Amino acid sequence: MLLEGKKLLITGVLMDSSIAFHVARLAQEEGAEVVLTSFGRTMKITQTIARRLPTTPPVLELDVTDQEHLDTLADRLGEHVDHLDGVLHSIGFAPQGAFNFLEATFEDVSTAMHASAFSLKSLAVAALPRMSAGGSIVGLTFDAKFAWPVYDWMGVAKAAFESTNRYCARDLGPKGVRCNLVSAGPIRTTAAKSIPGFEAFENTWNQRAPLGWDVNDPVPAAKACAALLSDWFPATTGEIVHVDGGVHVMGQ
Amino acid sequence: MAQSEQEILEGLAEIVNEETGLPTDSVQADKSFTEDLDIDSLSMMTIVVNAEEKFGVRIPDDEVKNLTTVGDAVSFIAKNQG
Ligand SMILES: NC(=O)c1ccc[n+]([C@@H]2O[C@H](COP(=O)([O-])OP(=O)(O)OC[C@H]3O[C@@H](n4cnc5c(N)ncnc54)[C@H](O)[C@@H]3O)[C@@H](O)[C@H]2O)c1
Repeated sequence: MLLEGKKLLITGVLMDSSIAFHVARLAQEEGAEVVLTSFGRTMKITQTIARRLPTTPPVLELDVTDQEHLDTLADRLGEHVDHLDGVLHSIGFAPQGAFNFLEATFEDVSTAMHASAFSLKSLAVAALPRMSAGGSIVGLTFDAKFAWPVYDWMGVAKAAFESTNRYCARDLGPKGVRCNLVSAGPIRTTAAKSIPGFEAFENTWNQRAPLGWDVNDPVPAAKACAALLSDWFPATTGEIVHVDGGVHVMGQ
Repeated sequence: MAQSEQEILEGLAEIVNEETGLPTDSVQADKSFTEDLDIDSLSMMTIVVNAEEKFGVRIPDDEVKNLTTVGDAVSFIAKNQG
């Protein structure tokens, strides 16, 4: 099995539509032991959804913008796993104001940056005490090379996130820990549907993708995350693997 | 095992009470989740997920926006219970 005996920390499971839910499910099916995180009022939802996984995992509280949660994470993890082989960062948040490029305030933008970009560094540092050589950190991005309709400051935050991935690769590499991203096409999750005008992506993506694209199917992105968490990319770090049906290489 | 609409209403009222603290007898069929019960989207998600577990139904996200009143939710559950 791809992830036999691996111990993974998986953030970002909100609903069973969450990309992270499918990573957790595939990981368990492939032999991994999983610990989930959630936070605040979403804890209860995650705990209920966790029971829909093949094995019900523990759910730790982690708001990636809360320094105390981060500082205590490694200790709290110790109650469930002695070490970590992998971490999934599947977190994105921006206030509604951030989805209007010219009107957004810096407060909107800094919140988006904190939760969606800086959080990759925060999570990596928080988990690192439990990680050893061969470890893998994987995050999810939406191709930040372009100015998209409606994505606006979340797009800028994703550009920072992609850059953060490269610096994480630089600084964690000497510890034997890899850091990579999956750049997914649009998927109808809670986060996506909270973006006003997300439908703008839905129809065009399938038409532009040489392989086609199903906005209701999180499995292709989840499989890529599982692969990057496995031992099968041992010399790959700072990379972005596109799981978008091929849209990123098309001119039109 | 299908339940009567009355049983579903009572079960749903317990879920709403647990999430929001509203008394179960305020959860009536003609009440709107947002207007009358003042339930926000996160609480609504929690209620939906718990209702799915309790009644053994799937309530797709796209359906949730059609469930304006408690009665809408009760009939959806009654219709879709296996
Ligand atoms: N859905 C898409 O179209 C799409 C495409 C490309 C990339 N992504 C990325 O995939 C990742 C997962 O999103 P999703 O689409 O599965 O949606 P989702 O709504 O299911 O997941 C987003 C998660 O972020 C968590 N989160 C938000 N703020 C947080 C905080 N402060 N601390 C901890 N957790 C926090 C939420 O609890 C939720 O679990 C995000 O990074 C998103 O940007 C999504």
